Amino acid sequence: MRIVLDRAKCTGIGICEALAPTVFEVDDHGELVVLSAEVPEDAQNEVTEAVEGCPTMALRLQP
Amino acid sequence: MSAATVRSLVVVGASLAGLRAVEAARKAGFAGRITLIGDEPHLPYDRPPLSKQLLAPGGPTDPVTFRSRAELVAELGVELLLDAPATGLDPDSRVVHAGGEDVAYDALVVATGAAARGLPGTEGLAGVHVLRTLDDARAVRRALDEGARTVVVGAGFIGSEVASAARERGLPITIVEALPSPLVRSVGADLGTALSLLHARNGTALHCGQTVAAVEGTGRVEGVRLADGTVIDADLVVVGIGAVPRTDWLAGSGLPVDDGVVCDEFLRAGAPGIYAAGDVARWHNALFDRSMRVEHWSAAAEQGARAARNAVSPAEVQSYVTVPYFWSDWYGSRIQFAGVATNAGHEIVSGDPAGDHFVALYREGDRLTGVLTLNGQRHVMKYRRLIAQRARFDEAIAFARTSVLRRSATTTS
Ligand SMILES: Cc1cc2nc3c(=O)[nH]c(=O)nc-3n(C[C@H](O)[C@H](O)[C@H](O)COP(=O)(O)OP(=O)(O)OC[C@H]3O[C@@H](n4cnc5c(N)ncnc54)[C@H](O)[C@@H]3O)c2cc1C
Ligand code: SF4
Repeated sequence: MRIVLDRAKCTGIGICEALAPTVFEVDDHGELVVLSAEVPEDAQNEVTEAVEGCPTMALRLQP
Repeated sequence: MSAATVRSLVVVGASLAGLRAVEAARKAGFAGRITLIGDEPHLPYDRPPLSKQLLAPGGPTDPVTFRSRAELVAELGVELLLDAPATGLDPDSRVVHAGGEDVAYDALVVATGAAARGLPGTEGLAGVHVLRTLDDARAVRRALDEGARTVVVGAGFIGSEVASAARERGLPITIVEALPSPLVRSVGADLGTALSLLHARNGTALHCGQTVAAVEGTGRVEGVRLADGTVIDADLVVVGIGAVPRTDWLAGSGLPVDDGVVCDEFLRAGAPGIYAAGDVARWHNALFDRSMRVEHWSAAAEQGARAARNAVSPAEVQSYVTVPYFWSDWYGSRIQFAGVATNAGHEIVSGDPAGDHFVALYREGDRLTGVLTLNGQRHVMKYRRLIAQRARFDEAIAFARTSVLRRSATTTS
């Protein structure tokens, strides 16, 4: 699964980083950095939670 | 009642917590009947944009809805009862009275949120608004678009966002706060004062320690008179003096209510099959070992999901534990807070409270309990994790030092 971020929607609130810190990190400018484009084996649940937890629906998983 | 016998789930309150509740119940494999009851005519929509994007000049006027009616009804199999206020609850016969109907439940999630507190004596005066619903936001937006001179009563987060929207249009705006400094309860007096510097820097007048004596005008607001006699001319008054949990409809049900529906750590509300979630819920947060009610987006979303999972699988209940988190956007700056603010002291570990960026850590004894950031998006979630891990304050300070070092090694700013 690949992580797709819609930059136009993301407002850098960082809920995704709270849920899956190994995959998402908000930088100094409030821009989200996706640290791993593919969902890592050991972070599947966290990433799913992050995708569902994003308040602006900016994240999507693509097979 | 055992897990196998939960055949119907009723969720009262069709907003964030209620929506997340119905989604989570289905995700947990619950195949029974789900009814979502709401008193607004709208599908569940998102509130944070109401005081941000929806007030921005040229911004959208339609709400952000989470799911379409078709998704809710056809895909999730939810019976929607909108525009149908719940008026009563009978926990013995397990029935909710709503919109003239009796809706029976095996499991119930109360997610009726909170209502904005109004200013007594201003009822019916045009131009005076609270900001809680889509209709409120549209009315405030219209007034700002028409160039209103604005007074905000209460220097809280929502009022401050209204001020930002007014200043973006170059309109005059005054905030009146009764307490000597703003945001005392949310972030403490010192840092509340630090944040309020943003108002001065962006041309918003802030009067602290001043109460409103009267809102003047006949039929329509003309001005606000302060206790010291000053009158501020106004076409728009936005009242942002907090919210009260909507438990009115539970009167007579016997459900324990004390500034919110009182729940245990599993969000169980004190009668069989009943749970509460979101702004209306007061629950025991084991991480801080105290009873809390928070009015934050993430807690409402997470509690809705947790309460529903517990409600449909009562044999496998899990507690809800969180480090409360919220954000607010003022004049293009982002404020973020995680944890609990204490008066036991704080330390600035990055930036300067008088400037455009800072990170402040709060302590209680030797434990790290909170973090406040201004334009510190990179920092906040890292400290939130430390708070969740019950880190000591000195560990957090040490972490701050090493991350500052790491940063200066990789950037030039
Ligand atoms: C303008 C604004 C800006 C905000 N900005 C932020 C932000 O930037 N960051 C942040 O973290 N949080 C923010 N919040 C807070 C966040 O939006 C709330 O915490 C969240 O909406 C709570 O969700 P809820 O579902 O618990 O309650 P609510 O959203 O209040 O929903 C409760 C629903 O139940 C309905 N209801 C009530 N009584 C009944 C009844 N008897 N019968 C049927 N239905 C009923 C209500 O009409 C409402 O639709 C903001 C809130 C507002 C109002
Ligand atoms: S939770 Fe959503 S909006 Fe927030 S930073 Fe992550 S992707 Fe962006």
